[in-house]
Amino acid sequence: MQDSKKKRKKLIGNFQNDLYDQCLQFYGQPPLENISLTEFETFAVERLKLLKTVENVGVSCGKSSEQYTKKLDAEISSLNFPHRGGISEYEKRRKDHISHFILRLAYCQTEDLRRWFIQQEMDLFRYRFNCLHSKHKTDFLHKNNLKYETVSAEEKKNLKDKLIASSYGLSGTKVEEHDVYKVPFQDALDLVRTRKVYLLAGNAYIPHHEIVTIVLNDFRTRLSKALAMTARSLPAVQSDERLQPLLSHLSHAYVGQDYSIQKNIGKISLEQIDALSGKSFPLCMRHLHKALRENHHLRHGGRMQYGLFLKGIGLTLEQALQFWRSEFVKGKVDADKFDKAYAYSVRHMFGKEGKRTDYTPYSCMKVILSNPPSQGDYHGCPFRHSDPELLKQKLQNYKVSPSGINQILELVKGMHYQLACQKYFELTHNVEDAGFSLNHPNQYFTESQKLLNGGRDIKKEVDMSQRSQENPASVTHPSQANSKQAHEEMGDLDSFFQDE
Amino acid sequence: IETYYDPACLPDLLPIYYRRLFPFSQYYRWLRYGGVSKNYFQNREFSFTLKYDIYVRYQSFTTQNELEKEMPKMVPYKIDIGAVYSHRPSQHNVVKSGTFQALEKELVFDIDMTDYDDVRRCCSAADICSKCWTLMTIAIRILDRALREDFGFHHLLWVYSGRRGVHCWVCDDAARKLSVAARAAVAEYLSLVKGGEETVRKVVLSDPIHPFINHSLSVVERYFQQYAIVDQDILGSKESVDKVLALLPEDILSFPVSNSRKGGQYFDKEIMLQYCYPRLDVNVSKGVNHLLKSPFSVHPKTGRISVPIDLKELNTLILLSLICEELERPRADEAEEDDMKDQENEQEAGERRRIRDYKRTSLAKYVKVFDRFLEAMARSRKGEMLKKSDLQKDF
Repeated sequence: MQDSKKKRKKLIGNFQNDLYDQCLQFYGQPPLENISLTEFETFAVERLKLLKTVENVGVSCGKSSEQYTKKLDAEISSLNFPHRGGISEYEKRRKDHISHFILRLAYCQTEDLRRWFIQQEMDLFRYRFNCLHSKHKTDFLHKNNLKYETVSAEEKKNLKDKLIASSYGLSGTKVEEHDVYKVPFQDALDLVRTRKVYLLAGNAYIPHHEIVTIVLNDFRTRLSKALAMTARSLPAVQSDERLQPLLSHLSHAYVGQDYSIQKNIGKISLEQIDALSGKSFPLCMRHLHKALRENHHLRHGGRMQYGLFLKGIGLTLEQALQFWRSEFVKGKVDADKFDKAYAYSVRHMFGKEGKRTDYTPYSCMKVILSNPPSQGDYHGCPFRHSDPELLKQKLQNYKVSPSGINQILELVKGMHYQLACQKYFELTHNVEDAGFSLNHPNQYFTESQKLLNGGRDIKKEVDMSQRSQENPASVTHPSQANSKQAHEEMGDLDSFFQDE
Repeated sequence: IETYYDPACLPDLLPIYYRRLFPFSQYYRWLRYGGVSKNYFQNREFSFTLKYDIYVRYQSFTTQNELEKEMPKMVPYKIDIGAVYSHRPSQHNVVKSGTFQALEKELVFDIDMTDYDDVRRCCSAADICSKCWTLMTIAIRILDRALREDFGFHHLLWVYSGRRGVHCWVCDDAARKLSVAARAAVAEYLSLVKGGEETVRKVVLSDPIHPFINHSLSVVERYFQQYAIVDQDILGSKESVDKVLALLPEDILSFPVSNSRKGGQYFDKEIMLQYCYPRLDVNVSKGVNHLLKSPFSVHPKTGRISVPIDLKELNTLILLSLICEELERPRADEAEEDDMKDQENEQEAGERRRIRDYKRTSLAKYVKVFDRFLEAMARSRKGEMLKKSDLQKDF
């Protein structure tokens, strides 16, 4: 009896060891155990935080920069997930495994959610894979049946010059010291298409540092297929009442901060907009507002970006129509033409025409990455799309200090556009630390209003008995504690407006 | 070898061509690919352009015999080859919607002389002459090497398009099974000249220079002096000199050449490539179901036949009329022989007549090129089968 018990324990132990003997996995097999609802929820939320961290770091530093890896290192190490293959990581790996599969349930439903999930999981995977030691990389490939043949030392020597001439960033030493893989060219299409790899007799010769591209391709394909399959079995899962609310909260947690749910409708009056644009609008919207006032017109890109922002801060459809009409009429458009041509698109924005989709205000990512402005456009992100000289002038006009402008320009040079905007926030609100991580223009507005109306202070009193404060009454120097709190609030606008 | 060609003679000459000259047995042998895949020939789409520009798609045939009977009956002015589908193309309407799919096709490339109009001075549009034909020679040499050495393909059929360019049919098993993305990737890898009307500088090189580019450059350099300087005379008039000058970096006069623009140090190579490097249409190569002019098809506007090109001789053309004219001169002794043999089986007689007929024309040597190509594929297939049976230890 004892013996078989011992044996069983050992077997299970071995099984567990096998299952999580690597810190990185392909998530091929779903977890097969029972867990409590609490664990289910905790795991899911923690992974969501992890993926959002990956996203934020990716946007604030370029993904190929050295800073990226360093920053990710720093952020992830505090998140209680497998990190750099520590010895006693079994629990963390188990969480990693399970949480991935839970999030699949939440993020398989729409094209947008899937795309976001796949992108973050890929970035996370790439980061982890690159952290592995060379030997562990090979082990990983073997364990997951990714059969990439390595090139012999002799062949490497013969092909050295050709390899160096085909792959960017490949040196002679690298060729000698690291593995070079040989895969059929059909498995390396991205590299073939851009001619970034050496081809011989139908094989692509992939240097070690590029093998991750091949593996990532594989990863993406598998995950994409898996999500499609998950979506098909979703109805069964959603019928479980315990899970349904959590799953929808999870996917909304991504969506909820996009200010599509307006709880603050009608709280802003049109007369306030001019003043607000100077005080609480992020630079992009301030810029658009000014252009609208000066030219009495904005092109489509600008109308969308600004119009949706205004919707997000609480304008009603009627207010919006009045706002746009009054401005356009001062220009070349008469009221009739406005009603015929432009009113439709305003109503469209509010979901009252056509597809009747309630369009969501653009996030920073969207503004920065899509639809770059051309001549005659005023939309986009000024930190991203404006010439640094022009940006400098504009900031000078807005009375930002010279040293502040320099700091901003430095950040812009490093492509940290959102951080530059955050810096702009700090300089214009006279605070040392914005206290939040900027990723949405409406978030900028909300945070600004909170700051200016002391909404934060009130929150402080209630929640923070343990946290130290430098200056309880001051709004100018929020402590570190504030930033944590702000994160935890998860975009809850109610508190702000109830205080009025 | 230009002789006057009148399209009005087509209705008379085409039937003769199909009855007595078109190499059906080789053609069938090609498209059957050894019969390794079931119904490979039967599921192949052909499209015909008939008299009065009537275009019919989804033609398919079950046997060589059927092909031989139908073609002289329908008398297509143009023949295109499409993909091998999941079902017989002629029955695509009765197949459940969504299940009729293009499965395989050769990887193809189309080099068209009109794409070089901005860099050739001797001709334009559909005209070609010996001076600009060199461009095709260069294109074939560069692409042939790359497809064989870089991509590992073995069975390439280069065909004169009949009018103003060449086609390449890559017939390897692996090539026929390529996905759309893979075909596009191969075509992109092979593309160096990019940009349309608005782009002046169409070739941009920067470090490191990929071995493929170096290989291509060595071919171009071999021909450049004779082709561009002599034949095309690109420095011969102010206008054409200006065009060349437009490709130079602005600061060319300051020595040493500075790196003010990306890869500015390779302007000489860039110019040579812009004038000579092959220009592909990626869209032709991408689609699995794309229809391309068939080898041995006649080009109705020129009367020329799309003949396979022997890479050892890249410079002659052939006219349909020419062949038929050769044919029109019957030989008395042969006629006698024919009559006697006609007493035998009709089909055999027809076949024999056909073989005799094209052998009397200059078409013969092109069919020979085709034969060699087919032989090589057959040998390769045999090799594959032996390998497979060895692995399975069949005896």
